[in-house]
Amino acid sequence: MKFDLKKIKSYGDCYDGSVQLSFTLPIKCSGKAKEAAKKYVEKMGFKDVMVHYMKDIGENFTFFIVYGKAQHTIDVTKIKVEEAKFKKMDMYKIDDLIKKKIGRKLVVVGACIESDAHSIGIDAIMNMKGFHGNYGLERYKWIKAYNMGAQVPCVELVKKIREVNADIVLVSQVVTQRNIHIKNLTKLVELLEAENLRDKIILICGGPRITHKLALELGYDAGFGPGTVASDVASFFVQKFIEKHEL
Amino acid sequence: MRIDRKKVEACRKEAKKIALKLKEFIDLHSTTTIERSIVRLFGVDGVDKNGIPLPNVVVDHVKSFGGLARGVSYWLGNASIALNKNPQEIAELIAEKKINLSKLKKNDDEEIKKVIDRWADDAIKRIVKVRKERERLIKKLGEGEKPLLYAIVATGNIYHDIIQAKSAVKNGADIIAVIRSTAQSLLDYVPYGATTEGYGGTYATQENFRIMRKALDEVGEEVGRYIRLVNYASGLCMPEISVMGAFERLDIMLNDSMYGILFRDINMKRTFTDQHFSRIVNAVGGIIINTGEDNYLTTSDAIEHAHTVLTSQFINEQLALLSLLPKKQIGLGHAFEINPDIKNGLLYEIAHALLVREIFKEEPIKYMPPTRFMTGNIFKGHAMDTMFNLVSVLTRQHIHLVGILTEAIHTPFMQDRHISLETAKYVMNNARDLAKEIEFKKNGFIERRANKVLDEAYRLLRKISKVGLMRAIEAGIFANIARPIDGGKGLDGVFVKDQDYYNPFLKKFEKAMKNEI
Ligand code: B12
Repeated sequence: MKFDLKKIKSYGDCYDGSVQLSFTLPIKCSGKAKEAAKKYVEKMGFKDVMVHYMKDIGENFTFFIVYGKAQHTIDVTKIKVEEAKFKKMDMYKIDDLIKKKIGRKLVVVGACIESDAHSIGIDAIMNMKGFHGNYGLERYKWIKAYNMGAQVPCVELVKKIREVNADIVLVSQVVTQRNIHIKNLTKLVELLEAENLRDKIILICGGPRITHKLALELGYDAGFGPGTVASDVASFFVQKFIEKHEL
Repeated sequence: MRIDRKKVEACRKEAKKIALKLKEFIDLHSTTTIERSIVRLFGVDGVDKNGIPLPNVVVDHVKSFGGLARGVSYWLGNASIALNKNPQEIAELIAEKKINLSKLKKNDDEEIKKVIDRWADDAIKRIVKVRKERERLIKKLGEGEKPLLYAIVATGNIYHDIIQAKSAVKNGADIIAVIRSTAQSLLDYVPYGATTEGYGGTYATQENFRIMRKALDEVGEEVGRYIRLVNYASGLCMPEISVMGAFERLDIMLNDSMYGILFRDINMKRTFTDQHFSRIVNAVGGIIINTGEDNYLTTSDAIEHAHTVLTSQFINEQLALLSLLPKKQIGLGHAFEINPDIKNGLLYEIAHALLVREIFKEEPIKYMPPTRFMTGNIFKGHAMDTMFNLVSVLTRQHIHLVGILTEAIHTPFMQDRHISLETAKYVMNNARDLAKEIEFKKNGFIERRANKVLDEAYRLLRKISKVGLMRAIEAGIFANIARPIDGGKGLDGVFVKDQDYYNPFLKKFEKAMKNEI
């Protein structure tokens, strides 16, 4: 079967735009509630809406599971995704490239900043052992990696950047409730700018809810999301470093 | 399941040695937060005009003139005689900079002690009254069937937390934990008043405790079960939060002896000293403590490091006993955190879970759901939670933290909790008496695995016992995390007690516990 990429919609067991939704409304479980849920989904633009499940979950709240048929289509040919652009290489190739083109070790500092105590993400990128069988930056011969761990105040990170003359800075943020990650990441950029350090480094952030697009908006050079491995990030920053310094 | 009982006793012996050695250090020290908790026990509450809690104002004041080594009690007792005022009034005068405790006339030491002891007796009466009230309500309302279902709320806003909590109770939760806001553990004071803005959780304040307690009492009446309330006595204010909890009838406190060191980089001298007094307060308050071994498995492998969980449980148990906690209040923690890709992972999980139950028979064990391997695939996550529910009922766990299908995405929505509770109830009801029917094969995989973990735990305990717990943590023995003895946050709050240091509660709590049990 062929699907027109200019006009795709969701597929269930036939090509009808079926979508599954679940949500809670702040009303008492009743026939009226069911109708409200249906109307609510219809207003989203769905047709043939069926409220298949409705449950009183207490305190005058009702939970619904609803199916409907989306009427929109998407032109996939027009979609552009902002992703960090780089050629994927493995550790050996990356080391080789640094050796040949840069001729000295790249200095990388990593930290999970401010109130965030989640160190596992940045560890996965930096620790010797790495992640999913992909070695961390500490194992690279041509990288000097400093992993500051979690709960690192921005000022401490900046101090370290100066102290070791960092080329690359890796920042992790995991907690995102009330956009605290945005506040923290912005704080760091502002501090780096105030300290005249921003242009001297390649600044990269990552975390389960970080996208490249968001990173660019916040003034970072790149952003990496879930499932990232060290060689992805390293491929990016080595190539970026070479480009930036025209080596 | 047959386990090597002799080895269990040998483990306990080593753990006791480790705990006693640490206690020698603890006994010589106090901390700023312990002193603040004493101020709180004397009934001081409120904030100054800059929003700084009065207990901090008082202790900082005493520290400023170098008087802390005698203990804050002495200075308050002396001021009370000199000025004929109670602790609250004295605290307010200090806040207004109207008095300096070091400049007051020094009264007779014995007279001062009498005043302090009277305040301490009042505090104990207040706590025991709260404890009795809990006992009365449990008798009146009854409680859920074990494993008790424990649900978390974490909206950041105490009023939303209430809606979420009441809904959870109506869906079957027996226990409600209000998760604390990110990084509260690093604040060297306890925020004040009702709060509506937290990150990843809601601030632990005495007012928030009170508001939630009231809400749970109401909904408890409605559903006809006593609903337990949980918060976190961890971080830089462990003992203060325990005092607040004892006053406001919290029922369970996360109160680990090492969590802050490992997962929040709090200095170990600080944490070890704090946890001791904090746990004593919980002991008297009739509050169950929960330990945090489950967290180890988020940073280290659940099979390879299973024995570190058991090792830590043995140590936590002995430290808790030294802090006067009876076994029925020591809720050791463990977790279902094996990589779901592993063949026969379920057998390992059963072996580990059963082992804990077999070793700590009287303790209200807390069993934690999968978190680390939960992903955005909520459907698979829900299946993992279902396996966890089954193991929990099969191995007769006591406190069951319901897993949430959206674990990897956000703090739970009301509907997420509903689905999780509904499924937990289904599985547990469906397999209610399975445990009675099952015997594990002699020398089969599960039995062998359990004994292997026990064996490894014993060896690790021996190792720790040789170097001492502080050195062992410095070497990264737990959770693959190493912390230096003099590193981390909060060391500046630790001080050596003078010869004439006085904390009336140390002896009095001990006596109260003897009378109680
Ligand atoms: C383990 C864990 C913990 C451990 C952390 C231990 C440690 N030392 O890290 C402990 C128990 C301490 C913990 C505490 C808390 N946690 Co937590 N925790 C988790 C858990 C279960 C797993 C996270 C994890 O390690 N994933 C594995 C790693 C490898 O993945 P990752 O972080 O995404 O990293 C990868 C990519 O994102 C990327 N990456 C990450 N950083 C970077 C940086 C760069 C530069 C690059 C290039 C790439 C990159 O590469 C990594 C490898 O692929 C998640 C739930 C879940 N399953 O996701 C909750 C979770 C993250 N925690 C959460 C919360 C709320 C908390 C607390 C605030 C709870 C509380 N109120 O106390 C506290 C945090 C306190 C604080 N001060 O931060 C929430 C966050 C909700 C949100 N959206 O904001 C989650 C989602 C759970 C939940 N549903 O509530 N937690």
